Amino acid sequence: MLDYTVRRLGVGVLTVIAVTVVLFGIMQLMPGDAIRLIADPDRIPPERIEELRRQWGLDRPAHVQYFYWLGNLLQGELGHSIVTGQEVGVLIASRLPFTLLLAVTSMALHYAIAVPLGLVAAVRSGSKLDHGIIVTTTIFWSIPGFWLGILLMLLLSVHLRWFPISGYQGLSSMVVPVMTLTLPPLGGTVRLTRAEVLDTIRASFVLTAHAKGLGRLSVHLRHVLRNALIPVTVMFFLGLPWVVGGAVIIENIFAWPGMGRLLWMSITNQDLPVVQGIMIMIAVLTVVCNVIGDVVSGLLDPRIRIALEEAGGR
Amino acid sequence: MKDASPLRLALRNGQFVAGAVIFLSVLLVAAFADQLAPRAYDAMDLPHRLSPPGPGYPLGTDEFGRCLTSRVIHGARIALRVGLIVVTVESVIGVTLGLVAGYYGGWADRVISFATDVTWSLPPIVLALAIVTVLGPSLNNVMIAIAAVSWGGYARLIRAKTQGLKNTPFVEAAQAVGESNFSVMFRYILPNTLGVIMVLGTLSLPGAILSTTALSFLGLGSQPPSPDWGVILNRGLRHLHEAPWVSIFPGLGLVWTALGFNLLGEGLRDLLDPQLKA
Amino acid sequence: MSLSATPELLRVEELTVVYETGRGTVRAVNDVSLQVDRGEVLALVGESGCGKSTVALAIMRLVPPPGKIAGGKVGLEGQDLLRLPEAALVGIRGKRIAMIFQNPLVSLNPVYRAGSQVKEAIALDQAARLDAWRKAVDIMGQVRIPDAAERALSYPHELSGGMRQRVMTGMMISRSPDLLIADEPTTALDVTIQAQVLELLLDLRRRNRMSLLIITHNLGVVAEIADRVAVMYAGNIVEQAGVFDLYERPLHPYSRLLLRALPRLAKGEGRLETIPGNVPNLVDTIAGCAFHPRCPQRLPVCAVTVPKARPAGPARQVACHLLEATSP
Repeated sequence: MLDYTVRRLGVGVLTVIAVTVVLFGIMQLMPGDAIRLIADPDRIPPERIEELRRQWGLDRPAHVQYFYWLGNLLQGELGHSIVTGQEVGVLIASRLPFTLLLAVTSMALHYAIAVPLGLVAAVRSGSKLDHGIIVTTTIFWSIPGFWLGILLMLLLSVHLRWFPISGYQGLSSMVVPVMTLTLPPLGGTVRLTRAEVLDTIRASFVLTAHAKGLGRLSVHLRHVLRNALIPVTVMFFLGLPWVVGGAVIIENIFAWPGMGRLLWMSITNQDLPVVQGIMIMIAVLTVVCNVIGDVVSGLLDPRIRIALEEAGGR
Repeated sequence: MKDASPLRLALRNGQFVAGAVIFLSVLLVAAFADQLAPRAYDAMDLPHRLSPPGPGYPLGTDEFGRCLTSRVIHGARIALRVGLIVVTVESVIGVTLGLVAGYYGGWADRVISFATDVTWSLPPIVLALAIVTVLGPSLNNVMIAIAAVSWGGYARLIRAKTQGLKNTPFVEAAQAVGESNFSVMFRYILPNTLGVIMVLGTLSLPGAILSTTALSFLGLGSQPPSPDWGVILNRGLRHLHEAPWVSIFPGLGLVWTALGFNLLGEGLRDLLDPQLKA
Repeated sequence: MSLSATPELLRVEELTVVYETGRGTVRAVNDVSLQVDRGEVLALVGESGCGKSTVALAIMRLVPPPGKIAGGKVGLEGQDLLRLPEAALVGIRGKRIAMIFQNPLVSLNPVYRAGSQVKEAIALDQAARLDAWRKAVDIMGQVRIPDAAERALSYPHELSGGMRQRVMTGMMISRSPDLLIADEPTTALDVTIQAQVLELLLDLRRRNRMSLLIITHNLGVVAEIADRVAVMYAGNIVEQAGVFDLYERPLHPYSRLLLRALPRLAKGEGRLETIPGNVPNLVDTIAGCAFHPRCPQRLPVCAVTVPKARPAGPARQVACHLLEATSP
């Protein structure tokens, strides 16, 4: 298992490197280069621009530039914002906690609500309660997060004035954004939990467990839940980056001082070093979550563990 | 025995029927947008800017006095087209890669799984943002970005299903009688996954529509004066206090459309997997 | 060998199981009555889909929804299991009646080691955990799993089909049940392993004085193992007889056809599909005898009235109008 984890981490590092290649490639596609963004060609003589280009290594071939850039990256050198001149690392570090606060809180709340609902729906499968849960969460699922954010803001902040409209003014500012991130994706997890439990209840090994004389509770805990919650647990880790992705949009509605707000402003200002830095940050976060998800699925399901160990063992 | 035709079974499934009705309503509105809209979606009427819903303008007007009814109706056309294109492209890519990875295993699996991991290393919406930074804001660029990065879900699901089916007796039997790998993948394994593909495809439609709309909402997809629901919502947020209707009606259109596809997908799942209905 | 003096263990009376489907009600098991004496081996035979597995599940009260036991009795030494509250069944399942399921790969939980699944059953009767593991390994040895201590640590998918079957068997005999139901215990196995498993079952029956209810479509298996046979067709038992009586002189036309198909089976020319016609779809309500559309000797009355099971010799019952016509 340790061997496997190390290998998964290796794949994770490769993935991040692939992401940097993709990002660097995308940035190479930009018309012009960094000089164009900061130097007004009307006021600075072309010789001076050429000189700057040489100085910054922009006249070198793309792959040389990439390794130079990657080298800086590995030293934690993400460059400076074109707009404010601040170090990108510092800029991100000041925003990241706000985004994580939002994402992790919503994620925890999301699972605390969704898994019990999914279980109840499965156990009472076919009942009115089951239908009620499914219909309600389907409706939530169909509501785009950013629009739900607008509605909640309109209702709770503009009309009722219960919470601040935007920005960060203490914990009360979190309520509406967290609700906005938590509610729409409930349906997916409720459904997944319900489907897995129903699938497992119908599995032959559950009949076997009954047939050998286990009590109902033991069968449900040791054979149904134990098996059904494997995919749900894995989905928790795989889903975290998606919540961060959602936060990127939501933060802009509430002027939440997180990474998403910073990203959007940087895109609008064409502040490339900051955009790159945030992308790499999110990629690392995603890869770490994926590795954790894979390792956890291996820990929980011996079939996966053995298949993976065999596939990667040579 | 009285044979219940698939159609009859489908009509008995409430979710499926509700989803189909909603989908048809959106489809009709999109198809006959020109006939249904009371005005041109970009005709301005500055004296009546930000008027509340009333007799002249059933859903009110926006900041330039444009008829919100007409804009929301025309927005349906954009939403449907965007959803169908994105889902078709991403499912074809994902299913093919998933089949190959699950069936062959080994190197093919490693390469494809790695590619999946890479696309999943950035949430689609975030990678789409990166692409838009470079290509410039436009609806087409957003669609390209989202389709190119959201096939991972199909690939993973179909890969897992294929791995499961690969060792079942009927597939082993097919291999034993000398069916080619291509035939085993597409004639034996694929048909057994069609149900989940259809369900996943239908259920991904709302996501595709919502993602593109979200980017338009951020000002990175469709551009004004397009009646894209995201564009309308973007402008509406600036007038949330004095004209909340601008922020409400396009959202209702989105929810209605997304709900239709979600119900349709749910209904399909029940129909294709009757045991689940127990 | 059945010992005629031993008391009756299980008596199933007029058991009916229905499935409510979108297309109507299916009577998967229709008024089935049978009995198993102590130490006896009863084989329930019939084509796939005739309802024989459902009978077994109904005896265990494990018919999965949408199936439902609609009537009848399952008497275990006089106690009707169908009337017991759900909670009381825990004392019956595994302890009094255990069941080996058809496909041992999907019938073992993939996330637990083979040994711990056997241990789980043993631990129900015994508190000491370490001891339960040792006993699990011991039982796995008894069902002739080589290197049992090592195999106990394997997961089900790491074992061969025959080994899985033995793990399943070990798990089910570990609590020394009075009756072991084995649903197609040999179908998934190749011929040499089949013989070993049958021998193992007979050996266990001898040592534990256990009764066996074998469910199979394979008449070769029946001949090797059973004392008595119940032939099932489309949810009904059409004939019950001692195994020699049945093989020597089958009375029901369906039994005759089944046995005539047997030699071809031995030559490897397929199974019971050689009987003309198809197993009826159970949703269709067939008026009269369920077998009459395929029956080579049908009488006009067969399409009208359902034949009742009647005694036809010692310990023998047949449900057929032909016999009513010939006997007084």
